[in-house]
Amino acid sequence: MRLQVSSRLAVFALLDLAANPDRQLSVAQIGDKYGVSSHHLAKVMHILNRAGLVRSVRGTGGGYQFSGNARRTTLLEVIALFEKLGSDGAHAAAPDPTAEGRALAEVLNEIDDIVRTTLGSITIATMLKAADRMRTQE
Amino acid sequence: MPHIIALDARVTGLAKPDYWRDVFERYGRRRLDERMFLVAEPVDARERMPLLGFVVGEVRAWEFGSAPCGWVFALSVEPRVRLRGTGRALLEALSSEFSKAGVTKMRTMVARDNHLHHLFFRSEGMMAGPYIQLEKDLD
Repeated sequence: MRLQVSSRLAVFALLDLAANPDRQLSVAQIGDKYGVSSHHLAKVMHILNRAGLVRSVRGTGGGYQFSGNARRTTLLEVIALFEKLGSDGAHAAAPDPTAEGRALAEVLNEIDDIVRTTLGSITIATMLKAADRMRTQE
Repeated sequence: MPHIIALDARVTGLAKPDYWRDVFERYGRRRLDERMFLVAEPVDARERMPLLGFVVGEVRAWEFGSAPCGWVFALSVEPRVRLRGTGRALLEALSSEFSKAGVTKMRTMVARDNHLHHLFFRSEGMMAGPYIQLEKDLD
């Protein structure tokens, strides 16, 4: 499975901010770390701000702060802000007249369901722990 | 045992007294080195709760070709004391028992719609394993 660039940036930005909720990071600081333009990242941060996951801080040294609940916000909620993920029964919603088509839809729905369950079970806090584990393995 | 039965009934909405008595007989009394039935009780008597939670596990070997590993097949925490680390303490205690029994991996199974258990086990670092559960309706 591949995520769109905006979804990946949103997850990375939230992880950076949630790792230290008192810290503010500017769009340029986050963009530099992941090698993306401030222009692209600004749009992502705007959407996260509107969703209540970050808050913008004005003034010198302003930027963004994490304002969500790291133990409650799941990857599914974040990614769904940027792209459409297959939802339960989505393939059945556009019924194929053939038995082969319905059989294929059944398989694709199974895959969609697993993707949604997996992304919906992993929170920002869980991802931060996983990233820490990765660092200790380096 | 009545407290285990009552907690499970409150959490799942289904009372299963015979099942829990059978599990306790098999897991709490026999083959103690491979089967674990652990309970969390309040340290502070003022809690006025006899039981904070419980976990049941077993070391199983070679089912489905799997090398010996520890299975967590029941874990429940009193809803009034959630988010206080009881579940984590129970899982850590069970992990320790599994390690003493000589296994290096722990496994469980969670219903797809059990969001709470998914969040909990994921937060404890558990990931999808090498097996996929399959089933079919019997005609």
